[in-house]
Amino acid sequence: MTDQAQAAIVAEGLTKSFPGVRAVDHSSFDVRSGEIFGLVGPDGAGKTTTLRMLAGIMPPDEGTASVGGFDVVHDPEGAKHHLSYMPQRFGLYEDLTVDENIRFYGDLFGVRKTDREERSAQLLQAAGMREFRKRLAGKLSGGMKQKLGLVCALTHRPKVILLDEPTTGVDPVSRRDFWRILYELASEGVAILTSTAYLDEAERCHRVALLHQGKLLFCDTPANLKAKLGKGVLSVTSSDPRGSRDQLEHAAGISSLVLTGDGLHVVVDDAGRRIPEFEARLKDAHIPFDAIQQVTPTIEDLFIDAVSSGSGASLHA
Amino acid sequence: MSFTRFLAVARKEVVQILRDTRSLIIVVIMPVILVLLFGYGVSLDLKGLPIFVYDRDGSQQSQDLLKRFQASAYFDIVRVVNDYPALTRALDDGHARMGIVVPWDFSERLHDGGPVQVQALVDGTDDNTANVLIGYAQAVVQGYSSDLQLDWLRNHDQPAQPASVSVETRTWYNEDLESSAFIVPGVLALVMSVIGAFLTSLTIAREWERGTMEQLISTPVTSLEIMLGKLAPYFAIGMFDVIVCALIAIYWFQVPFRGSFLTLLISSAMFLVVVLALGFFISVIAGSQLAASQIALLITFLPAFLLSGFLFSIEQMPVVLQWITRILPARYYVSVLKKIFLKGTPAALLYADLVPLTVFALVLAVLATRAFHKRLA
Repeated sequence: MTDQAQAAIVAEGLTKSFPGVRAVDHSSFDVRSGEIFGLVGPDGAGKTTTLRMLAGIMPPDEGTASVGGFDVVHDPEGAKHHLSYMPQRFGLYEDLTVDENIRFYGDLFGVRKTDREERSAQLLQAAGMREFRKRLAGKLSGGMKQKLGLVCALTHRPKVILLDEPTTGVDPVSRRDFWRILYELASEGVAILTSTAYLDEAERCHRVALLHQGKLLFCDTPANLKAKLGKGVLSVTSSDPRGSRDQLEHAAGISSLVLTGDGLHVVVDDAGRRIPEFEARLKDAHIPFDAIQQVTPTIEDLFIDAVSSGSGASLHA
Repeated sequence: MSFTRFLAVARKEVVQILRDTRSLIIVVIMPVILVLLFGYGVSLDLKGLPIFVYDRDGSQQSQDLLKRFQASAYFDIVRVVNDYPALTRALDDGHARMGIVVPWDFSERLHDGGPVQVQALVDGTDDNTANVLIGYAQAVVQGYSSDLQLDWLRNHDQPAQPASVSVETRTWYNEDLESSAFIVPGVLALVMSVIGAFLTSLTIAREWERGTMEQLISTPVTSLEIMLGKLAPYFAIGMFDVIVCALIAIYWFQVPFRGSFLTLLISSAMFLVVVLALGFFISVIAGSQLAASQIALLITFLPAFLLSGFLFSIEQMPVVLQWITRILPARYYVSVLKKIFLKGTPAALLYADLVPLTVFALVLAVLATRAFHKRLA
């Protein structure tokens, strides 16, 4: 990716409110062609609303957005020829077969029969779904449904793809197929904007934007974001995670702390200095623990740190 | 407007109808059932009404009178009883609609030339039937009475031809006064209302409910293409059902068909546009399938059933209701149907019905096109 790469999606100050809640609050970002861009955040962070506005099916209250060079706010119908949107809830017809769904969406996008057959054969192959062409979509597994959604979304070779939590409830094998197809598309120059509630999945994106309560906290490559932590992430393995938390919560040098299954993840200012301090503190309090180690930060650490410190303060205003 | 996209939506809708058993039943079986149901089940003719008789006289004359009741097609003497309680019981439990009591001095009084009265006890729970019964009974007794007078005059060498005036009636259009001829054509309006408004009211609401609408509106398909594509299959089905129902009416129930089939098709097409547009409009505003189907039944099926003149004559309704019927498209269609079937009125003389129908079709079509937006709320 170069800086000259054309921005396929540009969002500027996108804002949308629903009664009692500002779903998206002055959100600005851009996605280049050939880039996989992840919108990360918990439920209610504004991911779906952002995608709907970009798909041209929900007008924003404020702000502008262009998709594939078209102004989606003022000319949503023009943009729709060049984009594909996969809603979070399965949007295909369960009483139609795999082939019938593909044909339906192919026709809506004006794909010629020969193109459609060639393209869908190739996509179904990649999705591992060749033998299911005559099956009703409703009879497919969750993962198959999502892959079919992707196939339907891709037959017209869109420049931009908008995916809303595409791998939620998808088995690991289908998930791998799914991401392989996404990388393949990105290499062909398609801009992909995908939302996810899985932070581990966010690390597969070229760039991610962290959303929390409608606000875009920051956006960068996963590596840069991790570097921004600058500090260290410590993993405390303990049979009494809650006890450890109570002890360490108010210790010096902690910027955030989160319970994990078998202990705690703690973001600290200086790993080398804090490890012995924490060990001493837990020993004094007779909290059992196995080890305190420095680990590679994940987006999850980053997210929690961002939400609980600094930028998080204004979120509760 | 892209023909490919229109066709894609229409084809999809057809496949969905074919795979949905409930829709198929409504589309194919229901119209036939409705026609048969109304053709056979609903008869406004009163024939063979069960009556009990209590002949307290038991004379030749009283038997003559009662034979006349038996001879009338309207009555069926199901039992002869010997006391009042038996008669009351029969009326109470509904075995008889009327009881005729001939007084013990019937023949005696007749012989004396004095006035004689025959008692008729009538079940008045259904006032309409009761009135008709009384009318028929009076006619039978009157017939008997005037024959007696003529006989008397003849036997006493009086002028045998007393001046008498009678009305010779000739019924036009429905010569046999068969109620099936009156009802069956109107069933078409009922069928159209169900097919048109009820089924189409589900189409848009279903897409919202199943979550398919969100993806559909993110494609370049236009709202007009969605509307026309969804309605076209139902239009075809509606026209098919019109033809099936008309054929059953004509060949099975022997309802006279005197007008032109083309006029029938054109006016049916017009009414279909009205109900389809209405159904689509309801579907857009209702949001859920349940709400949509209830609204559709409430504003199309019920008025078509009760206020269109299909079963109950509009002229006999209270004035306020008569006014309300003017805003019901079904009223005009039923009127056209009866005229085409029974009178054979040429299209040119149907303007009083066809003009309002066309206006409804246009207004509702425009309303439906405007109602649907490719937007999430």
